[in-house]
Amino acid sequence: MAITVNRRPLSFWEKLYLPAILGGLKVTTKHAWGTLFQGKKVTMEYPEQKWAVPVNYRGAPYLVRDQDGNTKCVSCQLCEFVCPPKAIRITPPGDSGLKADRSNAEKMPLEFEINMLRCIYCGMCQEVCPEEAIFLQKDYSLTALTREALIYDKKKLLALGGVSPGIQKWKNKLEEAEEQENFPVKT
Amino acid sequence: MVLWSILKIAIAIGVVQGIVMYSVLAERKISAWIQDRVGPNRTAPPFVKYIPIVGPFLTRLGIFQPLADGLKFLVKEDFTPAGVKHIYFWLAPAIAVIPAMLTIAVIPFGSVIGGQKMVIADLNVGILYTFGIVSMGVYGIVLAGYAANSKYPFFGGIRSSAQMISYEISMGMSVIPVLLIVGNLNLSEIISWQATHGWLVVYAPLAFVIFMVASFAETNRTPFDLPEAETELVGGYHTEYSSMKFALFFLAEYSNMVSSSAMMVTLFFGGWTLPFWGLDQSAHSLGMGIVQILVFLAKMLFFMVVFIWVRWMFPRFRYDQLMDLGWRRFLPLALVNILITAVWLWMRS
Repeated sequence: MAITVNRRPLSFWEKLYLPAILGGLKVTTKHAWGTLFQGKKVTMEYPEQKWAVPVNYRGAPYLVRDQDGNTKCVSCQLCEFVCPPKAIRITPPGDSGLKADRSNAEKMPLEFEINMLRCIYCGMCQEVCPEEAIFLQKDYSLTALTREALIYDKKKLLALGGVSPGIQKWKNKLEEAEEQENFPVKT
Repeated sequence: MVLWSILKIAIAIGVVQGIVMYSVLAERKISAWIQDRVGPNRTAPPFVKYIPIVGPFLTRLGIFQPLADGLKFLVKEDFTPAGVKHIYFWLAPAIAVIPAMLTIAVIPFGSVIGGQKMVIADLNVGILYTFGIVSMGVYGIVLAGYAANSKYPFFGGIRSSAQMISYEISMGMSVIPVLLIVGNLNLSEIISWQATHGWLVVYAPLAFVIFMVASFAETNRTPFDLPEAETELVGGYHTEYSSMKFALFFLAEYSNMVSSSAMMVTLFFGGWTLPFWGLDQSAHSLGMGIVQILVFLAKMLFFMVVFIWVRWMFPRFRYDQLMDLGWRRFLPLALVNILITAVWLWMRS
């Protein structure tokens, strides 16, 4: 069924276009004035100003160090296997003789690469990591001049990741163990 | 004598080109402010950042943007699509840009400097010349629409021709009261008449309104930018053009704006005169002559800003609304205006 739109005929004054013109002048002047002199612009000048990201924002995944500055990753390769776009590649120490730099870990990766061009920031690696060694952080604008430069290696990932204040799993385990050791027993 | 003319032509064209370059920037900046944005504020040659305070300020103002734009136009690929009519395709930008430049010839942009009248050609049929040349500009657009062998440019060309015939007549008619009052076609004479009797906008306000609206249509500016109409016709007549050929159309549009503003200033706002500080007399010193040129430029730039401002204020008129406005509103109004002016002059004499 056709709906008849009730069009009000324009008055003579309106037909002159003058009310519309004056209204337009008023609106544009108000906006130009607001932008120029009252700082009411809506533009965010991006590289200098950045959005505040949400608390649970998933940015680029980086490796973290523990409270003593040691590598947390133990080269278990779970993240490598779980990574949906296969962005992570871990080279285990193998026979290279590389020892873990903390006492209560067997090994650490010889090389740990994340291809940031492939990464989809899903957070699976963080979820699967038994050592809490990899975390999605807040970075979102990763830029480089070549594709190779966007494959981040272990050194770079550790540097970017920093020290994680997260759950200090092994420290607590060690303390628990020591507590058990030193528990007074009846002889 | 010839050398003086060549010098004047060179300076006038140079200045107009400069104004065109920076009115593009003004367009972008003003549109940005109206739309709560910032506008171009990044482009700068590398050395500018070492200049304290002034450098960053100019960069934020976007002063260097037109240079980058110009460079971009020069080095971009000049693409000719398959199936265009080559001769016309190449000819159209030139035909669009030459009349736009020629109009400036008769406009007196100052009084006298060093015994030279500050007008390139002091024709005694100045207005007729302007109207003749201005209507040539539309051929470039129509030809571009025809030559591109593509539907959107073709629509643009058709619309442009319809627009031209709807507005050219009202525009011509709107100036007749001015001529009746002054009794002379020479633009310099019109200015000197205004210097003694006051600005013509007071005597013929309706003529000014019609002339102004018609010049919006003449220069293909919103609300009458039907031939271009980015939102419906992609780019209208210059859809298929790229690089320097496109830049020429751009240049033509803005040069037309400059010459229309100049015409409005000359016909209705006293040209280079101001009614105080002795600026309404022919200059006797170099300084005075330069001040008068600056007065002219200031008045003209005011109208340029109005042109730009209006573009970001109004929606586009529909094809038929435009012709309705031209034929059924402005033409009768202009005729009545002529009649009233004639009767008024007759009663006074």
